[in-house]
Amino acid sequence: MYLFTASNIVKRYTNHLALDRVTMNVPEGTIYGLLGPNGAGKTTLLRIINQITAPDEGELFFTGRRFKPRDVTSIGYLPEERGLYKKMKVGEQALYLAQLKGMSKSEAMSKLRYWFTKFEIQAWWDKKVEELSKGMQQKVQFVTTILHQPKLLIFDEPFSGFDPINSNLLKNEILELRKNGSTIIFSTHDMGSVEELCDNITLINKSRTILEGAVHDIKMSYKSNMFEIGFHGDPEAVLNKLNGNCQVVDQHVERTNHFVKIKAEKNLSGNDMLNLILPVASVTSFNEIIPTMNEIFIRVVEAQNQQIPVNHE
Amino acid sequence: MNKISLIIWREYLTRIRKKSFIIMTILGPVLFAALIVLPGWFAQVEDREVQEIAVVEYDATNQPVPDSLQFFRNVIPDKSNIKFTYLNNTSLPVILKTYEASQYDGVLFLPQTLISAGSQATVEFYYRKTPSMGMEEHISKSLEKFLFSNKLIAKNVSTDVIQSLETRINLNRINWKNWPNKQEDATDVKRGLGYVGGFLVYIFIFMFGAQVMRGVLEEKTSRIVEVIVSSVSPFQLMMGKIIGIGLIGLTQFVAWLILTFGIATVAQEVFLPKPAAPVTHQVAPSDFMSGTQVSAAEPMSNPAANKEQAAELFNGIKRQFGQINIVLVIAAFLFYFLGGYILYGSLFAAIGAAVDNETDTQQFMFPITIPLILGLFVMINSFINPSGKLAIWFSLIPLTSPIVMMARIPFDVPLTQLLASAALLILTFLGTTWLAAKIYRTGILMYGKKVSYRELWKWIKY
Repeated sequence: MYLFTASNIVKRYTNHLALDRVTMNVPEGTIYGLLGPNGAGKTTLLRIINQITAPDEGELFFTGRRFKPRDVTSIGYLPEERGLYKKMKVGEQALYLAQLKGMSKSEAMSKLRYWFTKFEIQAWWDKKVEELSKGMQQKVQFVTTILHQPKLLIFDEPFSGFDPINSNLLKNEILELRKNGSTIIFSTHDMGSVEELCDNITLINKSRTILEGAVHDIKMSYKSNMFEIGFHGDPEAVLNKLNGNCQVVDQHVERTNHFVKIKAEKNLSGNDMLNLILPVASVTSFNEIIPTMNEIFIRVVEAQNQQIPVNHE
Repeated sequence: MNKISLIIWREYLTRIRKKSFIIMTILGPVLFAALIVLPGWFAQVEDREVQEIAVVEYDATNQPVPDSLQFFRNVIPDKSNIKFTYLNNTSLPVILKTYEASQYDGVLFLPQTLISAGSQATVEFYYRKTPSMGMEEHISKSLEKFLFSNKLIAKNVSTDVIQSLETRINLNRINWKNWPNKQEDATDVKRGLGYVGGFLVYIFIFMFGAQVMRGVLEEKTSRIVEVIVSSVSPFQLMMGKIIGIGLIGLTQFVAWLILTFGIATVAQEVFLPKPAAPVTHQVAPSDFMSGTQVSAAEPMSNPAANKEQAAELFNGIKRQFGQINIVLVIAAFLFYFLGGYILYGSLFAAIGAAVDNETDTQQFMFPITIPLILGLFVMINSFINPSGKLAIWFSLIPLTSPIVMMARIPFDVPLTQLLASAALLILTFLGTTWLAAKIYRTGILMYGKKVSYRELWKWIKY
């Protein structure tokens, strides 16, 4: 079941089209990546989901029915540009933001106690936000985002500005949230985190969806029968065996270990290949090369950019 | 708790705990009293500096006159701050040449031909420092009086008759409406109250309007705004802020009211003697503006009499206050402060949302400041002439009515005008709020773009 669906969303600004019939289906209990180059329309889409801006066309669905304004209390939103009231005390501010999301004061208080202990930030309660470092502020903001246990969490570039340690903490927290039943949409440029975290993605470029689906399926569909074989033995003999069935893309030697990167013909399986070369070499490694999300991202975006130059209305 | 009340509460709490608010609340009445009293006090201080004026007299043949032959000798009485020295047989060029070294601050030249002058005459006065209006008036009045009686003497009128000619008239203003009850006129106190009320509304709108703008800007620059509008609507956020800060204004006003009454009561107890008998004497109506000057020019009398005078004045003011519908004045203040504040506050909020930093606010502040300052100027005219056409029109126009109407409200404003003014103000602030909300909603999420009026117009239409 889809927790959230955006269907055929169109958003126009005065002289450009920010979103052009974008559709997104987010299954419940998954992590959904919203990818795209800068200016593709990711933030606009996230703002539409948060009811900050209204779409010109299209519809939003939440838990199978049409989205209602008060559903925003079931959403937690961490915008790309983080911000808190600088002069306000941390605890007071966290309480305020929680209450704005519809929590009662006592409920917010007990949840905050839990999270502040978990993140070991209890000592900051009475500090003003401006006294905290940027990383500390990010932690506080993260806590305020997830405190009301929203069904849907939206993180806009969650890893930007985090150091590797906090970044890792955040990743684990996101996985934990999914385990506890939350659905997460996050936008990012960091393809590594997409591979690590996302179940599904949508890739937007120039206001349009150009790729969507499960990460695994996408990667499988973009693989191009590339293999890398490592072996001891005579490279000439190996290449001779493979010739005719495969195309050698690259080869190199590390000490006595030879590596060849080959592109196989469609009907040649890994086993076939191994059968061919086992008699002439001793194989040390055998990998099918599956494109990274990063490669897919670049390939797809560049292909589209060549098709349509700029999308103006 | 309702979301908008949460926002109001936060705005209120964070501001009321600020040191600046507490200091302002305590110092406000003191500062305000100082603002009213200080100009008069300064005028007085200035006037106390004694000026010495040399008087040179020439006869009909244009020759200097010795002491014994001087017509004008001692005609102009000395005052506490002006001393006249009648020079013996001194020619005008001789004394004027001594400019650098002379002990005199001015030289008054009086030709004896003045005695036969017609209805107009001019007298030369050489000054070092531009003479004060008080001094000018003293000199010309004294001379006029002298010449007047001199002419009568020339027509054989006896000095007794001349002295009996003079009668000073104090105009006793009585409100016709209350006849036959001849109430003591309270115009001066009403004027004072109107002035203070109008001025307060002006200050409050500016002070708290600017706070709204800075608050919006703070939310925008700290980027918290996007988090908040994912929980509440931009309109709720804007209105919450405007209302919260408005409540701060009300709190401050009430605190000032209590403090002022407290201070006044204490001052009366401590500093003024108890009135011995019911005061029958009429408080001399004097122009509110020139009042300080006139009293400043008067010679200092002994302190006890001063105290009595002060008590008399104080009680007079108290009696006059009794005639004013204070409840109406306070109610009007609350209404016009809130109405004007919401009107301007929403515009200030729109400005805060449209720009990225405080320096960019200037270009949009200008058109908002103009009507406010215009209101202040018209108000200053209106408290002198509260039923004039200017006052009436500007107390109806919503952009200026909060300030101008306050100057009129202690005087009886026709109910139709009051209602029309109130209705127009309400309609207008609804309009500006609606307009501001449109700008606000788009503006708070817009960064790094220098906004033009044309752009704002697009946001409104959008």
